[in-house]
Amino acid sequence: MTSAPILKLENLTMRFGGLAAVSELSIDVPRGAIVGLIGPNGAGKTTVFNMVTGFYRPTHGRVVFDGDDITGLQPHIICRSGISRTFQNIRLFSHETVLENVMIGCHVRRRSKWWSAPLGLPSFKEEEERIRRKSLDLLESVGLAEYAGETSSSLPYGAQRRLEIARALATDPKFLLLDEPAAGMNPQESQDLMAFIRGVQKRFGLTILLIEHDMKVVMGVCEYIWVLDYGVKIAEGNPEAIQSNQKVIVAYLGEEYVKYAES
Amino acid sequence: MNNRSRDLALNSLALAALAAFLYWAHTSFDGYKIQILNLIAVNAILALSLNLIYGFTGMFSLGHAGFMALGAYTSAILILPSAQKQMMWIIEPLIWPLSVMNAPFFVAVLAGGLVAAFFALLIAIPVLRLGGDYLGIATLGFSEIIRVVLTNLNFITNGALGIKGIPSYANLWWNYGWLLLTTFFIVRLINSNFGNVLKAIRDDEIAAKNMGINTFFYRVLSFTIGAFFAGVGGALLGSLVTTIDPMMFRFVLTFNILMITVTGGLGSISGSIIGSVVITVLLEWLRIVESPMTIGSFAIPGIPGMRMVIFSLALILIILFRREGIMGMRELSWDMLFSRGSRARNHDEEGEDRR
Amino acid sequence: MSGSLFVQHLFNAVTLGSLYGLIAIGYTMVYGILRLINFAHGEVFMLGAYFVFFGISLFHLPWGVAVIGSIAVSSLCGIFVDRIAYKPLRSAPRISALISAIGVSFLIQNLAIVIFGGIPRPVARPDWLVQVMKVGEVRIIPLAIVVPLVTLALVLGLLWIVYRTKPGLAMRAISKDIETTRLMGVSVNKIIAFTFGLGSALAAASGIMWALRYPQIQPFMGLVPGLKAFIAAVFGGIGSIQGAVIGGMLLGLIEIMAVAFFPQLSGYRDAFAFVLLIIILLLKPTGLMGEKLEDKI
Ligand SMILES: Nc1ncnc2c1ncn2[C@@H]1O[C@H](COP(=O)(O)OP(=O)(O)OP(=O)(O)O)[C@@H](O)[C@H]1O
Ligand SMILES: [Mg+2]
Repeated sequence: MTSAPILKLENLTMRFGGLAAVSELSIDVPRGAIVGLIGPNGAGKTTVFNMVTGFYRPTHGRVVFDGDDITGLQPHIICRSGISRTFQNIRLFSHETVLENVMIGCHVRRRSKWWSAPLGLPSFKEEEERIRRKSLDLLESVGLAEYAGETSSSLPYGAQRRLEIARALATDPKFLLLDEPAAGMNPQESQDLMAFIRGVQKRFGLTILLIEHDMKVVMGVCEYIWVLDYGVKIAEGNPEAIQSNQKVIVAYLGEEYVKYAES
Repeated sequence: MNNRSRDLALNSLALAALAAFLYWAHTSFDGYKIQILNLIAVNAILALSLNLIYGFTGMFSLGHAGFMALGAYTSAILILPSAQKQMMWIIEPLIWPLSVMNAPFFVAVLAGGLVAAFFALLIAIPVLRLGGDYLGIATLGFSEIIRVVLTNLNFITNGALGIKGIPSYANLWWNYGWLLLTTFFIVRLINSNFGNVLKAIRDDEIAAKNMGINTFFYRVLSFTIGAFFAGVGGALLGSLVTTIDPMMFRFVLTFNILMITVTGGLGSISGSIIGSVVITVLLEWLRIVESPMTIGSFAIPGIPGMRMVIFSLALILIILFRREGIMGMRELSWDMLFSRGSRARNHDEEGEDRR
Repeated sequence: MSGSLFVQHLFNAVTLGSLYGLIAIGYTMVYGILRLINFAHGEVFMLGAYFVFFGISLFHLPWGVAVIGSIAVSSLCGIFVDRIAYKPLRSAPRISALISAIGVSFLIQNLAIVIFGGIPRPVARPDWLVQVMKVGEVRIIPLAIVVPLVTLALVLGLLWIVYRTKPGLAMRAISKDIETTRLMGVSVNKIIAFTFGLGSALAAASGIMWALRYPQIQPFMGLVPGLKAFIAAVFGGIGSIQGAVIGGMLLGLIEIMAVAFFPQLSGYRDAFAFVLLIIILLLKPTGLMGEKLEDKI
């Protein structure tokens, strides 16, 4: 970790009523890496994403992105500052075409105002054309160009996941959060996805934080990993360290099972 | 780009055909038929404006009658000659400067739209934080408040007596002119990436926020633009029927426009226009069931209420069995007409047929 | 304002509030379970009133029979509406069911015009209900005592059903989590029908008492009280029966007292509820008794 971390979480805590979904979580995400956040079901991983992207306001603690405190800001402002994400249950704009989905992602960087559309100003037309170009290029780079005109909900599952990533990339993020990108994929698809994520990271010079249950994927692409259990960080380190960490094994497999396996 | 110039040519042709038709209708139709043609145009404006709010942006608003009332009263006061205003306000005189203000029809209609838009903006802040059905009830409530206030502000609205003898400037040319303007404006907006943004908010507001879209801003924007055109429609309607009073702007008016929009297809501009033709004609045609008839030697008395019975039944049936209406979210476009059956989703500007 | 006049207004307010409260219960129960604003609920209220007075004047039924019969038939109407117009839309977008409900509301209103006629009809009231009594300085009619008492009895009965019987337990379970309840073997559709039946019965009771209190019936009489009662339900916190009653009472109080203290506002009376709605939604969208739900993403 040479340069300053791109994202710092400081004592981040989220309570729902009596339940502490995330407790006192502190994390430094190094710039330009692919890193992972793992943990059993209900550990609070998605909640961390929701706090970072502004959908939940943390009960306390801070989110610092690129040196700026973004805690409690609105999601669209956080996106503008350079964070983008995908959702655990894919959330595409289902009535829109594949191309339109990506174009919607380009909106956040546009300059012309809404009233230039009915007026048909030249600057507006230029920008529309640029957005279309950029979106087509993005589709090209994720291998979805041939589907540009299809309705997004008609795509196969794996393609929908890639489209969601393409759409996130359209916002020109510096930092990308992927919530279970490999969910529902077969081993071959997961394999392709790993290559894809690496490619995206290189090509766009991003930092990527991903949540994933598929350990092959996590251990395959992540340089560094944090482990959550019941909202508490129980371990962090590189994949080898995590794989052999006793606490992690217990958290995942349960105390009983570990004892049984050891005996 | 070949398509684009083709569409431009075809659009011009369609416009010319529309103009020729209107000219012909103007000279050879009887007053009743012309009135129906006028109503079609006004209803289309209203349906388009509701479609922008509900069909494209997903905000279920039941406030249209209120916005129409604001537009109708504003424009009526501006186009009534001062002398007439002095005579008509008998409960309390119309306050200065409204009593002496006058404007040409175009400006008056524009003002009607702007007043509606202004009030839309005012209530948007509290109301648009809500979603779904709550928004519907809150906007319906707003529309009822407007009606109650109109009934009581005698010194502006002449209270329950309403305004009579509004100059009937709203002829075919004005109404269809405004319809063209409305369609042009909304088509341009919807077919741009701003339109995609509105649809994104409709489809999944959370994902839209995540894409960096200030969803509240765009909801307010869409709501205000929709209210503007509702005000325009109300202004035209006032001049068309020449008499307005608070009772005219009851919830049933909103219901009729909702019916047109749903029938045509939520999220389809051509659908709204087709829907207004179908529903306006149907509503007129249904008057038959309410008027007495004689078949041979049998005299059948008219059945009051039957028209709305059939009408509301039709809405229920549409919602139950054909929720997408006539057009669904599709648009009638030249591409579609030329390659019938193939799914046309073109992004070229003005891929719209107008009638 | 003199003390006795105030007491009289208070009686009026409690009467009106009871009537709103009874309608509001139906809204709140249906919304709690289906997240649907049963827009046609106000029409059941209207039907309740019509059935009684047609039963009496056309079929010469005794009062008691007419009232019970009207409540039963109205209750069936409510169930029927759900069956025909809402049930097929359970898996459709929520607004579709609301549009359907709006359609049903207009349908019933206009059917009433076709069947009963559009002109308002006067209601003949039993004398003993409207004989003015003087208690000290206060002049009231027995109806002003009967309405709140009947309301109290009905609400207690309802609470007993909801909190002490099996169907009531199922209703509460469904409003918490409909899918899980279904999996546990509860016949969800039956319970929903039961809910519509209960709510409609209360609305009909309210409609009958409304017609006695304001002795005129007409096909549109349900629209405005219905909307106001929905607002009362939101005010009290949607989903909560106690909240609906409290919301109804408060709305009745506001409407009567505001006009009593500021007579110049009387023309605006019908707007109070809507202004109240916008204020509540601004300040506390969950209402007085409602609980906040965080959207899960
Ligand atoms: N909006 C909310 N309201 C109440 N509880 C919530 C909310 N969001 C999350 N939770 C709770 O917080 C805990 C953590 O949930 P979270 O979705 O963050 O887990 P996760 O680690 O992403 O799990 P999974 O691997 O299953 O996706 C869970 O117990 C969940 O029920
Ligand atoms: Mg999760």
